Amino acid sequence: MSDTFTKGMARNIYYGGSVFFLLLFAALTLHTTKEMPKSDHRENLTESVARGKVVWEDNNCIGCHTLIGEGAYYAPELGNVYFRRGGGNLDAFKGFMQGWMKIQPLGVPGRRQMPQFNLTEQQVDDLAEFLKFTAEMDVNSWPPNIEG
Amino acid sequence: MSTLKFQSQSVATPYFVFALVLFAGQIVFGLIMGLQYVVGDFLAGAIPFNVARMVHTNLLIVWLLFGFMGAAYFLVPEESETELYSPKLAIVLFWVFAVAGTLTILGYLLVPYSTLAHITGNEYFPTMGREFLEQPTITKIGIVIVCLGFLFNIGMTILRGRKTVINMVLITGLIGLAVFFLFSFYNPANIALDKLFWWFVVHLWVEGVWELIMGAILAFILIKITGVDREIIEKWLYVIIAMALISGLLGTGHHFFWLATPGYWQWVGSVFSAIEPLPFFAMVLYAFNMVNNRRREHPNKAATLWALGTAVMAFLGAGVWGFLHTLAPVNYYTHGTQITAAHGHMAFYGAYAMIVLTIISYAMPKLRGVGEASSNKAQVIEMWGFWLMTVAMVFITLFLTGAGILQVWLQRIPENGEALNFMATQDKLSIFYWAREAAGVVFLVGLITYLCNFLVDRKAVEKRGEVE
Repeated sequence: MSDTFTKGMARNIYYGGSVFFLLLFAALTLHTTKEMPKSDHRENLTESVARGKVVWEDNNCIGCHTLIGEGAYYAPELGNVYFRRGGGNLDAFKGFMQGWMKIQPLGVPGRRQMPQFNLTEQQVDDLAEFLKFTAEMDVNSWPPNIEG
Repeated sequence: MSTLKFQSQSVATPYFVFALVLFAGQIVFGLIMGLQYVVGDFLAGAIPFNVARMVHTNLLIVWLLFGFMGAAYFLVPEESETELYSPKLAIVLFWVFAVAGTLTILGYLLVPYSTLAHITGNEYFPTMGREFLEQPTITKIGIVIVCLGFLFNIGMTILRGRKTVINMVLITGLIGLAVFFLFSFYNPANIALDKLFWWFVVHLWVEGVWELIMGAILAFILIKITGVDREIIEKWLYVIIAMALISGLLGTGHHFFWLATPGYWQWVGSVFSAIEPLPFFAMVLYAFNMVNNRRREHPNKAATLWALGTAVMAFLGAGVWGFLHTLAPVNYYTHGTQITAAHGHMAFYGAYAMIVLTIISYAMPKLRGVGEASSNKAQVIEMWGFWLMTVAMVFITLFLTGAGILQVWLQRIPENGEALNFMATQDKLSIFYWAREAAGVVFLVGLITYLCNFLVDRKAVEKRGEVE
């Protein structure tokens, strides 16, 4: 390969190929962001949902849980918890969340413990709204079943 | 310091030393987490799992960045054939980064995360609380400043001296690292958009620009230890990083499968990530080829071992274990399971931890004034460290893969109502988690062994110091 394939050709493949695929990736990303309003139902993004996302982030929930499959793998997937624990009913889900967050940590010996975050009722409601928003996005029917 | 070609290369020393200190910290927190997987309430009050994990992953990122910077400070003067533009700036930035990094880790450990978010003003410019990007906004700004100062220093050095292929590939990789990190400041309230652009940092770092940095460091080491013609090594380097970038850019698609994105990503992501193992395979061929055709017998056998090891382990971890679960129909079941954890462990160790340990192995004897290579005894200890850590990592990966397969089988494949729930599944996996923890202890023993090699030549170093 030393005679027919020169370093110059290799260099051109590197610079040319990288620029071409970078532009292609940028174009596809742009197209994706234009299409996403159809599947992420951003029209339902209320102030409560936005506040809930801040609660989610300020308490580093992703450090134990996954959300749509990303995060830590130590605690259950929460992308679909609105359906798993609330059955798709917002009042029921908020009720569950208020109760669940209050009784942490469960204190069962040897069991993984969820910390007590001392959230206000408003914060827990906002978190529930955020998890509902996440659950209702169209993510190509993932996860495979309700257990996440 | 008589063994250095350029005096200013010595600024790499504190970077390498601090990188190894953070590496040790990373492993200790890894062991804590591993135990929390099976003894759920272990240290739950003092170091909750999310804190331990944040420390574990953030230390990893930061020690690798220290390693990359040390590598650049060491190899760029030699490649450019000129002294570093400003050794003083390099030392100042070292202290800025070290102090900011340490304060951030202490913040994670000493106050609740929400308190840390509050006292660092996260409500005014929220960027925290996203996996791997947990650093307070002010730390992120600090990282950007350190990166810019570092790039300026390296860039000016290259401009002043010889512009080799290794230099150019390294600097494009480092610029890419800085540019893509800027996406960590974009945190929209829409979780779908947030996640989409989060990958611009996470994927385009580890499966994009970091590979350029890795390729450049490996090429530098191979030239030094094999004496093979630079032209040949540079041609290979171009081919490998071209493949890496071409596959890696659109390979980002394998993270867009389940993200409120159009369905075409399942095809784009699957096809291009199927190509992603190829550059790593080429790297194995390249490294072994160069070592087999070497024109000199370099006294640093340990560095040669690290160079070959990183090629093989990067191929297995990033290439094979990545490909295992990268096709959309497979990923549908494995996404976010222990399979991901298995892949992550071996890929990060093989590609990035090992390349930094490779350059440290090559550079440290020179930086410490020991000579071309450490004494035979020190190298033997170093190679024991290599094998203990590497074999332990293979087993960590295998046990996590076992856990992941069982997890998919119990929790993901059965229909609603028949599938085991998450916590019940985790109970069934505990045997794998115990085995992983045992392998983790072996890894720590390997790391301690590895670190001991630096003690061996201490007398020689001290003696040299007295003579000079």
